[in-house]
Amino acid sequence: MLKIKNIEVVYNEVVLVIKGLSLEVHKGEIVSLLGANGAGKSTTLKSISGLLKTEDGEITKGNIFFEGNDIIKSNPSDIVKNGIFQVMEGRRCIADMTIEENLRLGAHTRPDRKMIGKNIEEVMDFFPRLRERKGLSGYLSGGEQQMLAIGRALMAKPKIILMDEPSMGLSPMLVKEVFDIIKKLNKDLGITILLVEQNAKLALSLSSRSYIMENGKIVMEGKSSDLIENEDVKEFYLGGGKDNRKSFKNLKSYKRRKRWL
Amino acid sequence: MALNFLIQLLVNGLIIGLLYGVVAMSFVLIYKSSQVVNFAQGEFLLVGAWACWWLLAKFAIPFYLAFLLTLIFMIIFGILVQIIILKPLIGEPIISIIMVTIGLSIFFQAIMNWMFGVFTEPFPTIFNTESIKIFGLNVQTAYLMSGLISIFIMISFALFFKKSRLGLAMRATAFDQQAAQSLGVSIKQVFAAAWAISAMVSAVAGVVFGIVNGISSGIAFMGIKVFPAVILGGLDSVLGAILGGLAIGLLEHIAHYVDVQFLNVGNLIRIAPFYALIIILMIKPYGFFGTKDIERV
Repeated sequence: MLKIKNIEVVYNEVVLVIKGLSLEVHKGEIVSLLGANGAGKSTTLKSISGLLKTEDGEITKGNIFFEGNDIIKSNPSDIVKNGIFQVMEGRRCIADMTIEENLRLGAHTRPDRKMIGKNIEEVMDFFPRLRERKGLSGYLSGGEQQMLAIGRALMAKPKIILMDEPSMGLSPMLVKEVFDIIKKLNKDLGITILLVEQNAKLALSLSSRSYIMENGKIVMEGKSSDLIENEDVKEFYLGGGKDNRKSFKNLKSYKRRKRWL
Repeated sequence: MALNFLIQLLVNGLIIGLLYGVVAMSFVLIYKSSQVVNFAQGEFLLVGAWACWWLLAKFAIPFYLAFLLTLIFMIIFGILVQIIILKPLIGEPIISIIMVTIGLSIFFQAIMNWMFGVFTEPFPTIFNTESIKIFGLNVQTAYLMSGLISIFIMISFALFFKKSRLGLAMRATAFDQQAAQSLGVSIKQVFAAAWAISAMVSAVAGVVFGIVNGISSGIAFMGIKVFPAVILGGLDSVLGAILGGLAIGLLEHIAHYVDVQFLNVGNLIRIAPFYALIIILMIKPYGFFGTKDIERV
């Protein structure tokens, strides 16, 4: 469904952030993209959604195919129309609009304007919490804003949602709730999801396949159930690992960990 | 007699204030969506007024038709200005874009002078009765019409931003450009719409001033006059622009009253708004309705 082929991304015409990244998302999957801060996860999402251009970034090499069409040159609004919707990091609700206005805004690219009222009701059923809250969305709590951001994505009826750190700044209880929602989106509504997360454990348990990024490259990929058992992943991302591997010198994966030392 | 004069001035001030509010609103519209301070706002009034005058004088069509055509022309005009001149500048420093609008203002003034001459042209007679008596007060028919149109424009603005798809998109763009884009809003479309609506609404004010005072490049001075109004209301508040416009309209007419009755310096009506501008900037630089960020506690 979504296929990234060997892309390279440059910011401000000098900073090379993504260095030949390829990944693939099949229909109906939840795929997670993990990695340290600054590895290029958000940049990857922005290259898919076309938002890169707003930050002076540019894809200098490679292709991104969505349902067979190369979307590298499309502008963000056409990409949303095609069915790719990015829920940005930090939620980015329009604070001086009400919840309903935010939801209607999410349906901006929909041609069937008559259905919107009904869809708002559906989203409210999905997130009963939002129905109770009146007033401006800027006054919602972090978790509610995240739900609003996801609800806003649903309004666009996307085929795939790119989710950038949905757990950011939420309490463990809320993180679990948000992850349950993501699972439900995938299962009940059949929406494909590409998930970028810091919470590796939860992301691995939720997704069917995962990619691990470092320094603008994919360093590991596979079934999430396999990765969760992988010794390196355990040590670097999940905490723990075996005691006898404490010396970094002995690690065969030393090279790709270098920037943490 | 003096009291009658005062009331008369207050009524005029209120109506002119509404018009200021309309122009200020169209100014805020551009500022809010694209952060551009448009120094060519007054020229929009001028172009609109001349366009309407030309249609009336040249083709002798009924006023309402000429007025409608003017509005359509101004929409196209606004979009063209945006596409030809401002779109290539997206991403450039804001100060250069503002300089360009100053250039635009001079350019349009010169073109209008060249096309229509430098002398004041009276509008062809539009209303059979020049003024109507309401409660013993003389109100110019054109002003009465403009008052109604202004209120109509303000209500439609409010509805537009609350209900319509484009209105919501414009608000979202004003608040967070990147987030708006992530929702599929086309920034170019929003900017073009902002300029088109702004030009169209300004033209309404331009035509009204033209009817009352005749058309000359003096109308463009209105573009400068909106500054006290928008500064008073806060640069990025539509509601503030309306109230600011009303306040400035009333203020200058009260100043005029004081001038005529007591001071006899003359011309205070033109100067008073700018005294107000300086005082507001000193005590409340963000105006009364300027951006207040929502912070969660």
